[in-house]
Amino acid sequence: MKIDSIQNGIVLDHIKAGNSMKIYQYLALDKLDCPVALIKNVKSTKMGKKDIIKIDSLIDINLDILGYLDAGITVNIIKDGVLKEKRRLELPEKLINVLRCKNPRCITTVEHSLDSVFNLVDRSKGIYRCEYCEAEGN
Amino acid sequence: MRHLINITDLSVAEIEELIATAQDIIQNGKKYAEVCKGKKIATLFFEPSTRTRLSFEAAMLELGGSVIGFSSAESSSAAKGETVTDTVRTVACYADIIAMRHPKEGAPLAASKVSPVPIINAGDGGHNHPTQTLADLFTIYREKGRLENFTIGFCGDLKFGRTVHSLITALSRYRNINFIFISPEELRIPDYIKEDTLWKNKLPYIEVERLEDVMPQLDILYMTRVQKERFFNEADYVRLKDSYILEPSKLANAKKDLSVLHPLPRVNEISHLVDSDPRACYFKQVLNGKYMRMALILKLLNLEVDS
Repeated sequence: MKIDSIQNGIVLDHIKAGNSMKIYQYLALDKLDCPVALIKNVKSTKMGKKDIIKIDSLIDINLDILGYLDAGITVNIIKDGVLKEKRRLELPEKLINVLRCKNPRCITTVEHSLDSVFNLVDRSKGIYRCEYCEAEGN
Repeated sequence: MRHLINITDLSVAEIEELIATAQDIIQNGKKYAEVCKGKKIATLFFEPSTRTRLSFEAAMLELGGSVIGFSSAESSSAAKGETVTDTVRTVACYADIIAMRHPKEGAPLAASKVSPVPIINAGDGGHNHPTQTLADLFTIYREKGRLENFTIGFCGDLKFGRTVHSLITALSRYRNINFIFISPEELRIPDYIKEDTLWKNKLPYIEVERLEDVMPQLDILYMTRVQKERFFNEADYVRLKDSYILEPSKLANAKKDLSVLHPLPRVNEISHLVDSDPRACYFKQVLNGKYMRMALILKLLNLEVDS
């Protein structure tokens, strides 16, 4: 299977196999006009299998969402057909409007104009808590 | 500008400072009688409360200030669908400081993000109640002369009891405190309190179901009400509400210098026969709460009294 290399755009590499569709939806890539290739189950010496997403445009990617969804992803920025930058991700300290609080007693469940804010409280376990009510986010 | 949303917004040193101010207010009340002259507190109570609201109002009046506010959501614009943040922006035009109680957890934090005046969390759902914690800490300090080296038992509703959560968090910063949690399995303290406070700080604690089994070990017994409004269905409330009742017979094997605390109001979890026992401290706690709220208002308004 061959997908043409991109001239100016972004390649999301080392996505856990099977996660690419979730990332496609979270990053709202379906709203883009440019070509987007979603490649599943690519052979990988490091991971066995992996997914890759190629975006044929230099769009702004929400790295916080990406880091939260899969901190193992590598973000490759391609300019004029050349790899210009390789960004590694980590769990962000704060997630703003990524998760919604599921605690029915939380103020954010009734006042939707409030930003939904989750803070990283345990990096080793990847645990986030709602800034308002401290309920765990998932 | 400072707010008080969570008890950890205050450092241990600041709590000591508030205790020192509260003690000075007790000893030299006249000195503080006009310090808040011309200042107003707004008490925004979106949920019923007698004690906390009146305590804030009495505190401000004794400091020479005045009071505005409402005591239920029905009597405010919240009934028309106004958001908490809009209510606070409006009220801040009329008042110098706001004390807010709200049934939704995190409402005072949301308010503090937009408010140009200090916000005091006067209780948000089952989450936090930091000024009750100030009352609890001051009571422990006055009864024991210290805020370290003791065993404290928390009894009753430890799952939804916001006063319990705030006090555990506050005490986690002091040395050599043993925690004993006495509750039915359904009402045990939430995992996040265990993970973020007890485990993280390596604090010793045990969980038991019977008050009688641990009574002789306790220096402080913190009783709580099993609150009907925290349950999603009435059947669970009825089944559990009488589980943990303190009667004189249960105090027979308690220490002579035990201090029994309760954030009040009580329903029937402490028998009225216990009230005359010198170990009952819950009405002293109410008074201590007023002094600590006076000290807190002064601190948040940056007002000092000449010594």
